[in-house]
Amino acid sequence: MIELRNLTKKYGSFTAVDAIDLSVPDGELFGFLGPNGAGKTTTLRMIAGILQPTAGSIHLAGIDLAEDPLAAKSRLGFIPDRPFIYEKLTGAEFLRFVGGLYGQNGDKLEHRGRELMALFDLEEWADELVESYSHGMRQKLIISSAFIHRPDVIVVDEPMVGLDPKAARILKDLFREYVRRGHTIMMSTHTLEVAETLCDRIAIIQHGKIRAVGTIQDLRAQSTGGGGLEEIFLKLTGERAAREAMDVLDA
Amino acid sequence: MPSDFAMSAALPPAEQSGASSPSLKHVLSPKIISAKARPLGKTENKSGRLILFFLVGAIFWVFVFGLLYRLLKYFRGIPEIGALLSAKLLGLMFVSLFGILILSNVVTALSSFFLAKDLDLLVAAPVDWLRLYGAKLLETTGHSSWMVVLVSTPVLTAYGIVYHGGVLYPLIAILAVLPFLFIPAAIGTAVTLLLVNIFPARRTRDILSVIAILAAAGVVLVFRLVRPERLARPEGFRSLVGFIALLRGPTSPWLPSEWASQGMMSWLREEPELLPFYLLWSTAAMVIVLGAVLHRWLYTRGFSKSQESGERWARQGVLGKFVSRMLAPWGVMRRELVLKEMRLFFRDTTQWSQLILLAVLVVVYVFNIKFLPLRGEGVTFFLANVIPFVNLILAGFVLASIAARFIFPGISLEGRTLWLLRSSPLEMRQLLWSKFWVGTIPLLGLALVLVFATDVLLQVSGFMMAVSIFTITLMTFAIAGLALGFGALFPKFNTENAAQIPTSFGGLVLMMSSVVLIGAVIVLEARPVYEYVSARMLKVDPDPTEMWLGFGGAALVSLAATFLPIRMAVQRMRELER
Repeated sequence: MIELRNLTKKYGSFTAVDAIDLSVPDGELFGFLGPNGAGKTTTLRMIAGILQPTAGSIHLAGIDLAEDPLAAKSRLGFIPDRPFIYEKLTGAEFLRFVGGLYGQNGDKLEHRGRELMALFDLEEWADELVESYSHGMRQKLIISSAFIHRPDVIVVDEPMVGLDPKAARILKDLFREYVRRGHTIMMSTHTLEVAETLCDRIAIIQHGKIRAVGTIQDLRAQSTGGGGLEEIFLKLTGERAAREAMDVLDA
Repeated sequence: MPSDFAMSAALPPAEQSGASSPSLKHVLSPKIISAKARPLGKTENKSGRLILFFLVGAIFWVFVFGLLYRLLKYFRGIPEIGALLSAKLLGLMFVSLFGILILSNVVTALSSFFLAKDLDLLVAAPVDWLRLYGAKLLETTGHSSWMVVLVSTPVLTAYGIVYHGGVLYPLIAILAVLPFLFIPAAIGTAVTLLLVNIFPARRTRDILSVIAILAAAGVVLVFRLVRPERLARPEGFRSLVGFIALLRGPTSPWLPSEWASQGMMSWLREEPELLPFYLLWSTAAMVIVLGAVLHRWLYTRGFSKSQESGERWARQGVLGKFVSRMLAPWGVMRRELVLKEMRLFFRDTTQWSQLILLAVLVVVYVFNIKFLPLRGEGVTFFLANVIPFVNLILAGFVLASIAARFIFPGISLEGRTLWLLRSSPLEMRQLLWSKFWVGTIPLLGLALVLVFATDVLLQVSGFMMAVSIFTITLMTFAIAGLALGFGALFPKFNTENAAQIPTSFGGLVLMMSSVVLIGAVIVLEARPVYEYVSARMLKVDPDPTEMWLGFGGAALVSLAATFLPIRMAVQRMRELER
């Protein structure tokens, strides 16, 4: 479970995340939506322990991240939006290294690594250096590494970017099955269709503040007029839509 | 499809008439704006770092200037050959700088012309070949020459002051140095362009780094085998006439370095010659034009080749298995961290190829010691004991330059993958200490072999051997600590070429602080060593308080230099938001 209390992040006078309160219980897949620059990635990177909050607290699986960061992080798997990994390690070595960071080794780790790579069609590439992987393959490897130590909580930033349709489908199934087993996933995405079909609850964030949170039905009720998630999103974030595109192109 | 139609009708056609290539200034503007923004940026501790930079720079300049000023004053006082010696010294400096510039331009051109991140944008944009060449040549020249300019400024100033160069001297210096910087830049760029085109694309980067390193090693070896120190010992020549003839003759008449030093010396001797300047500027213009022609022919092909990635398989080697077994008792996390460090190092050609340079450095070092005139007349018992002590200073410098190459970049190279380490339950202390040991153990091995071998060659006493081993061990730890600490305090996370990390500002600070450390340790130990040697000569017992104070002080300074930087680095890594 993930609990955020009054979570705030300021860069000088700019407030990127503004006193967010949120609770994601066990067994829930939670979606985080918002326009570019709304504070999604900052929030997720704070939960992953990469950025330090200016104020507020984060609890992962009941452990305060500020008080016992190592214990909290050992329960977490993080998938960033940009797949930067060690270019000179092979895929298998990378998974072994990540397992080692979480204190795991031996045959069980090897077996799980092989299974995860096979799931994402990477087994043929297991002994090849990461530098020869494509963007999508790197993304798949990082996703595999987030699952290698069986975390309770997974935080994932834009999971579908760069994935082929088959891998995207596998990932969706994997996420659903994972939360069905009682774990927690919090993910940000721009793909509204993914959020709509996959997430149990969704929060819409803008200018660092949560505008709305709830199931699709809740959100529909909150935004007058109903409609699909796209309409709800545009209404709640007040974004001027494509109607202005013509003016821009004519300019 | 009314909207599509409307859109295409309404869209103004790309301004064909005005779609000319952007200007050179425009192509360079992101670099210029970034360079301007760097010192003004809001990074924490910016003012502190700027003050440190200027302080370190000022101390360095004053030191170099003072040294040169005294030397040139001394030369000026020598009748007949004084001016010749000054000219020879300037010529030698320019020759060395020329060699360094060629090599550094070859390496830098690989980054700026073929690997830089902005190339995708520039190559895809309608930027014509000439402007791309111009912009990238300027960038390459700037990157590879700034340090040379920094180092040579106090030297040239000393020449100007000692020889009364007058108000026009700075202008003369600029007229000589500017083409001197552009010639190696254009040549280095052309060499890189040819290499990228000649070698199989997948291996270009690796081969180039090995070639650059081998060339550097060759230059160092040749320079060493020529034994330039003979110049300082005129008695080695058959006659004074022979010596003067050698001094009068040019060092390398066909090299721009000779023209630059000739041009400047002719001005300083008040017999200004135009020919060297003419040669410098016409050669610079010629190599730039030839470089541009070559660029036009070969760049597109070379760039395309350089984009192909390597397809390589890797399996755990014997060394990996051995280390893995050895580290088993230390826990999974430490073992995996050490194995990762080793794999990344040995699989990255730009990293391991520097070992070649290291080997050459060691050979040259031992060679120097072997040829020291330490026996025969005039070599007192005292001198025989002082030389091994000085040997420690030199060994310290060697270690510092190795640490700057191998330990200092450790944290910077971790930059893009820090998200993984920071989101995992890994203590930053553990990361830094594993990096420390991975770097320090081989460094210590090398240091001990180096000092032991040279001490054996020097036939030192048991006491001096013990002092050497004790000191070099402490110094290795301290230098490694400083390298790791400064690496974390001044990281270069976004660098495109690992070889450029040691030449960054932090690398400079590291070298300077290593010099201070070595100086402090040697000064602290000088007193007890002098005490011991004097006591031996007088056949009395040395004062134990003096011994404890000196060696204890040196140990304390070294331990502080080991632990404090790492502590600061751990703190910095914890606060880092990446």
